[in-house]
Amino acid sequence: MKRRDFIKKVVMTSAIAPVASLRIPFVNVSIEELTQKHFKEMSEEEKKAVIERLEREYKERYGVDVNIKTTPAKEGVVWGYALNIKRCIGCRRCVYACVKENNQSRASPDDPTSNEIHWIRVLEVAQEKLEPGTEEQGIGTKFGDVVAGVVLEESEHYYDPEKVPEDGKMYIPIQCQQCEKPPCVKVCPTRATWKEPDGIIVVDYNWCIGCRYCMAACPYWARRFNWSWPYIPKEEINPNQHYLGNRIRYRGVVEKCTFCIQRTREGRYPACVEACPVGARKFGNLLDPNSEIRKIIREKRVFRLKEELGTEPKFFYFMD
Amino acid sequence: MKNILREIRYFLDFVFASIKIALTGDRRYYVWLASLVMLVVLGTYAYIYQLMHGLIVTGMRDQVSWGLYISNFTFFVGVAASAVLIVAPLYLYNYREFEYIVTFGEFLAVAALIIALTNVLADVGRVERLWHMFPLIGTPNWPDSMLVWDVLVLNGYLFLNLLIPGYKLYKKYIGLEPSNWIKFFIFLSIPWAISIHTVTAFIYAGLSARPYWNTALMAPRFIASAFTSGPAIMILVLLVIRKYTFYRKYISEKAIETLAQITLIAMLVNLFLLLSELYTVFYSATIHQVSLKYLFFGLEHNGKVYAALKPIAWLSLFMQITSVALLLYPKTRRNFKTLAAACSLNAIGIWLEKGMGLVVPGFVPTPIGEIWEYMPSFMEWVIVAGTVAWGFLVYTLMLKVAKTIEAGLARHPKAGKE
Repeated sequence: MKRRDFIKKVVMTSAIAPVASLRIPFVNVSIEELTQKHFKEMSEEEKKAVIERLEREYKERYGVDVNIKTTPAKEGVVWGYALNIKRCIGCRRCVYACVKENNQSRASPDDPTSNEIHWIRVLEVAQEKLEPGTEEQGIGTKFGDVVAGVVLEESEHYYDPEKVPEDGKMYIPIQCQQCEKPPCVKVCPTRATWKEPDGIIVVDYNWCIGCRYCMAACPYWARRFNWSWPYIPKEEINPNQHYLGNRIRYRGVVEKCTFCIQRTREGRYPACVEACPVGARKFGNLLDPNSEIRKIIREKRVFRLKEELGTEPKFFYFMD
Repeated sequence: MKNILREIRYFLDFVFASIKIALTGDRRYYVWLASLVMLVVLGTYAYIYQLMHGLIVTGMRDQVSWGLYISNFTFFVGVAASAVLIVAPLYLYNYREFEYIVTFGEFLAVAALIIALTNVLADVGRVERLWHMFPLIGTPNWPDSMLVWDVLVLNGYLFLNLLIPGYKLYKKYIGLEPSNWIKFFIFLSIPWAISIHTVTAFIYAGLSARPYWNTALMAPRFIASAFTSGPAIMILVLLVIRKYTFYRKYISEKAIETLAQITLIAMLVNLFLLLSELYTVFYSATIHQVSLKYLFFGLEHNGKVYAALKPIAWLSLFMQITSVALLLYPKTRRNFKTLAAACSLNAIGIWLEKGMGLVVPGFVPTPIGEIWEYMPSFMEWVIVAGTVAWGFLVYTLMLKVAKTIEAGLARHPKAGKE
């Protein structure tokens, strides 16, 4: 045992145990919760004890029996995602399947301080938008102002037509790109967010201090903050949870897409992949040369968002 | 052993005497303290409310995830750094005019750091977990995270600026000259001052996701704006002290003139760097000009105009240029009324620039192109007022002690006798 661990253990058992369930006023946190270790520093026993406590706490707070797993990454797997932007119809079914699967906070009709969280944002962009110029503008030609393709600044985030897809429109869903070189991980002052061996960027919701530096650092606006306590109707809580994934978050911590770590580590597809009605979303193991994702990267026209930043996303957009 | 015990007794005497000096004064002094305490109480109340409900009580959201707190943090780190402008001329160039005002600078650094750090405390979502970033007990992401660097350099600087003047005052109180070892810390504090604002600039400059901040000019601009607004605030403090307290005879007009010239030169450099930034961004006119465009001209999207920061940006520029005009002309620079006006315009102008004008446009539009406007909530203003009042309160108490001892009005009964 390292000296540091030994000191921690002594402190834990002698000083803290008798007051473990005392709660700090205002922030309403028990001493036991406050003194919890970083997830990666916990032994298997400690993880078990923490999971038991968390399940008990969620039961007290939300009245639901949940099952929190800590399933580790599989050997020889690095997850990748591909999205066919020619197929996407902008229906946002993925957005709401994600909310449900991952226990994201909903907007409460009764509580104005509730804060609605979506991990996926779908952008509507014009395939071609032309505003002819005038002589007075002195442009030289009358061709004018053109918008075509992926100009994020010209995108519409709150499009709401009767029916999708609309003519002349293209849709770009954006979620965490699971960068190989994630700027968010680099800036985190407490190592509360990191890249798992299967390439997924996760957050320890019990370690994050809520400084939001990662949100400033993310070029894809993929991270969300719990500005208040999450609000989820009891009957809508998904009880199948992962410690690093969809377990219910706390006020004041950051969260993000994990490619549904609670599903993918049990051999299932992410919820957004299953929800997509047009099969635009593809998911698989980047290390397997015969996987569908590798085939897409090999054979389709593929691009990644903001390649010039060198973040190396494992999220690929493609066209047929 | 006997010597150590005596030293401890003297030090305790010093502490008790300081408390007594800090808490005695005329009616004006008590009114000033009481109003500050009231603001601190209000701010604390608002902070507890925020702790219970979350940062939802602020105007921030996922689109603009840093706001008034981080703006204030940034500005006041600059104020803290500028103490070096009094320390360096005195100790490096033996500029004696600053001898009796050096503690104003050092304690201003302490007060500014207190404001900066309490603003960070107000901003984090989980304040009770801050120990996670401390060495030994936590898991600080060092050297990767600039926030860890910032916590280290800010706390180090706070320590230096408590130690140096505290030690000198203690020695003066017991009637002895300071030992030479303190010089090591004084010289250390000079580069350290530069480091705190450099690291704070690096927090922003290192983010490729935010082109508005991702510029090599960021740290030089931080230093320039700090070195103009810091002395400007210093001058305002000195003018107030000269007007209202017994300490007026120790503050020479020459010292104020020197500070005014420093303020002027640093402001000219600051405006020059701003010009470089504006030219590079707007002439090349890439897609990255969008944030700066938002700041100065506003943006239009789907027929709606977003220009909340436009008045702030132009007001700030106007204030900075006016302060230059007033400081350039010797007559207005040497007249204390116009000098005070110049310094107020300067400090507020930089507060707008290095506060909201720096932080908010970095988030607008979001990296995926959404335009969302931030306005601080009432709660944020109350909490910020509390943090500033807290800084001023500490500054007042410390200055009261320092100036009383420096003027020789409080000495240990046995001072100079042993």
